[in-house]
Amino acid sequence: MTNMTDAVNHSVWQDAAAVTAALATMASDLKQLCATRGINTPLMVGIHTGGVLVAERLHQALALAEPLGHLDISFYRDDFTRIGLHPQVRPSYLPVPIDDRAIILVDDVLQTGRTLRAALNVLFDYGRPASVLLAILVERDGRELPIEPNVVGIRARLATGEQIKLTGADPLVLTKLVAE
Amino acid sequence: MTCAPPNNPNTALQLDAHGRLRHFLTLDGLSRAHLIDILDRAEGFLGIARQAIKKVPLCRGKIIANLFFENSTRTRTTFELAAKRLSADVLNLNVNTSATAKGETLLDTLRNLEAMHVDMFVVRHADSGAAHFIARHTAAHVSVINAGDGRHSHPTQGMLDMFTIRQHKGDFTRLKVAIVGDVLHSRVARSQITALTTLGVEDVRIIAPRTLIPAHAEATFGVTVYHDLRAGVRDVDVVIMLRLQRERMDGGFIPSEQEYFRLFGLTEKRLATAKPDAIVMHPGPINRGVEMDSRVADGPRSVILEQVSNGLAVRMAIMSLCIGAHNFNMNQQDAADE
Amino acid sequence: MSKPAPPRLSIRHGRLIDPLHAVDTHADVHLADGRVVAIGAAPDGFQPERELDASGCLVVPGLIDLCARLREPGLERKATIRSETQAAAASGITSLCCPPDTDPVIDTPAVAQLIRQTAQRYGYARVLPAGSLTHGLAGTQLSEMAALKHAGCPVLSHADRPIRNTRVQRRALEYAATFGMTCFLHPCDADLSDGGLVHEGRVSTRLGLPGIPEAAETVAVARDLALAEQTGARIHFRGLSTARATAMLAEARARGVAVTADVSAHQLFLTENDVDHFAANAYVLPPLRTESDRQALRAAVARGEITAICSDHQPHEDDAKQAPFPRIQPGISALETLLPLTLQLVTDGVLSLNQAIAMLTCQPAAILNSKRGHLAINARADVCVIDPNKIWILNEHTMRSRGLNTPFLNQELRGQVQWTILNGRVVFEQSPVQYC
Repeated sequence: MTNMTDAVNHSVWQDAAAVTAALATMASDLKQLCATRGINTPLMVGIHTGGVLVAERLHQALALAEPLGHLDISFYRDDFTRIGLHPQVRPSYLPVPIDDRAIILVDDVLQTGRTLRAALNVLFDYGRPASVLLAILVERDGRELPIEPNVVGIRARLATGEQIKLTGADPLVLTKLVAE
Repeated sequence: MTCAPPNNPNTALQLDAHGRLRHFLTLDGLSRAHLIDILDRAEGFLGIARQAIKKVPLCRGKIIANLFFENSTRTRTTFELAAKRLSADVLNLNVNTSATAKGETLLDTLRNLEAMHVDMFVVRHADSGAAHFIARHTAAHVSVINAGDGRHSHPTQGMLDMFTIRQHKGDFTRLKVAIVGDVLHSRVARSQITALTTLGVEDVRIIAPRTLIPAHAEATFGVTVYHDLRAGVRDVDVVIMLRLQRERMDGGFIPSEQEYFRLFGLTEKRLATAKPDAIVMHPGPINRGVEMDSRVADGPRSVILEQVSNGLAVRMAIMSLCIGAHNFNMNQQDAADE
Repeated sequence: MSKPAPPRLSIRHGRLIDPLHAVDTHADVHLADGRVVAIGAAPDGFQPERELDASGCLVVPGLIDLCARLREPGLERKATIRSETQAAAASGITSLCCPPDTDPVIDTPAVAQLIRQTAQRYGYARVLPAGSLTHGLAGTQLSEMAALKHAGCPVLSHADRPIRNTRVQRRALEYAATFGMTCFLHPCDADLSDGGLVHEGRVSTRLGLPGIPEAAETVAVARDLALAEQTGARIHFRGLSTARATAMLAEARARGVAVTADVSAHQLFLTENDVDHFAANAYVLPPLRTESDRQALRAAVARGEITAICSDHQPHEDDAKQAPFPRIQPGISALETLLPLTLQLVTDGVLSLNQAIAMLTCQPAAILNSKRGHLAINARADVCVIDPNKIWILNEHTMRSRGLNTPFLNQELRGQVQWTILNGRVVFEQSPVQYC
């Protein structure tokens, strides 16, 4: 329930065509990676909310058999003690048991790495996967934890105060927000 | 969220300046938006039951003390489990058997626990107003959750019942809800009535003999009073049965269990006038053959066991809201001090 | 050891109000030897030892409070005769009647004398102990009423513990009537009120607090009126709270039954809504009732059916109010609000100023069958000088009572006592330093 009181300047950063192109790259990289690692039936899981949007596209592109899973990380965020409970909590949904499965974890933007840390914790409270691959649409600077993606759509270096936000579901567009 | 009704002293006690829940004492004074917010958040906690490790780290490092001045294993267990699933450390204190028997006052007990850096008191007490009293006198770093005070309020039970109703019926505004039984002595009924009317249910009925209906119930609560079960449950979507305490059955309020069941006990036949998809609820434990027939309690319309599992999610939501608001305020305080 | 004679005093430039004699005039009052010696011009050769400048003030008879608990003997952790008579003096009260629920109970001459003598020793206010109707307030065995009367109990009472057994009540009234003693009765049916905490109505229903129905009062009023008629006893209803009871009172008085009644000042200002959200300081017995009851009580006061307003002062230590609502003790520390609240009735248009003063002076005196409560020549020099427009705040600095348990705490009050004179001696003087 925090108010965004600062004036924010929105501008389109990557349009629908650029996002679609990045997703295509990711799909083909993932396919190759799975082949290399000998992963036949991966289980794809998107992180609420942007990660689910990206995962839906990749899931379709890879024509995966298992339904898509999604994770809500609100209960695992490390800023609960500072800002309280996140207002919109959706239940996590994992369609099949994850024990001994190869997981492809998908998110829209990787910056500090804290979301991924929380997502891994959620995942492990559901079971013990055989492996986890990380697919990220936008990998930017600002890492605070040792987390590296396996597959990346777009790499970016941004100024402090600049934020990337994915909006969708159709078309998917990346917007840059600059706090003034 | 700043939509609470003005001039309600409960508002000042329960909510902080940002409209966040500091304490959870009563539903009286909370807005519809507050109640919906609690129900929405509770949805998120339902999923935890599906995890292999049924625990989230929200309240890790927090100490939650169950202060039960009145014995209630069932309620204490659900609060304990809710706290544990939030990863809090839980202290269970049955205070009537320990400290107060030695002449220690309630305030002394509180001070001792505060000194142990307890973050939350979950309070059950036989006196109406006990949770209010504790909230007024506790240290700023402690949240108080009312787990039932006398005949006054049992707000978490009220919310879990609303959660169960919403799961089955969706929108509240068009519902007809009947509450049957000892409303006079029931904190559960008071919380349910407040919640239902706040959530926009226009047709709330209470059904009981006059001895079990509190004074001016219609004007106070905006409900309709019935003394005839069959007429009262006609066309309702939800039937909530209340527990009849054994000590009320000794002739003081009703002549006998038999006569009560004959007139107000819920049977399949009497339920026939309700809507075909009506659900039947009971806060438990049921007196079978007094409040309702076993065939109703175990029948297809009964959602009594769902109430129990929903209770866990709703209590986790409320506890984490209070602890979260509290964290936020403590951080604001620290920021202001620096 | 005899005290020196009271000084010669002149109270100058004040507005003298003596309702008993329908006096309302600007006149000086001269006191000597504990009596009023002249009104208007001083007697020839009168040399006052002290002059009080009462410009802008009301000069009225010392106030009489029909019910104030001093907590001594037995409950000295709450208050003492010394602390509370001092508070009474600061409130303009020169005589007060204390109910018999002390520990020990006022059911023997020894306890009555102890209370009177202790009060006399401190000399702030005259304390009139009400003797208990039954032994130990147990409601079974009659007390030695003649001995109590002889020991200085002007009236009998059963505090706020109703006598359950109607036959005992009847015998107690009959026996009291033998000695012409008025019985103060707190009308409350013991069974209907059993376990009750607040008015049975919307607030009790919402808060889930056990209620005290209106009928708890009306049943008792009906019973006691019937017994008064049967026995010829003089009864006084202490602290009416319901509209219905005031109607029954008016009807009985019209029929000539020897009955009077008073009301506690807070009942004219507060309602059940003030207890909402478990406000410990608004917990009183009889309970605060509805707005229409409050209006009816005000109307009964205005029509003169209720003839006295009293404080029903009940000071408590903090611990008595520091518990969940059903475990706290009832009562308000009320000596210091009696006068300002009664004057507020004048502002509210309920009473004229003269009627308001009468409610606190000659009318309660009549109920006590006392010769005080007026300021004619040769009357006892009990005088209260009031600045009626002075606004002050009731708080822990301004309160003299040991008990701070009042719902009026931190509120602005209008009307402040400047001097209180008991038997011709100044027993209270408003200090020139004002706390606000």
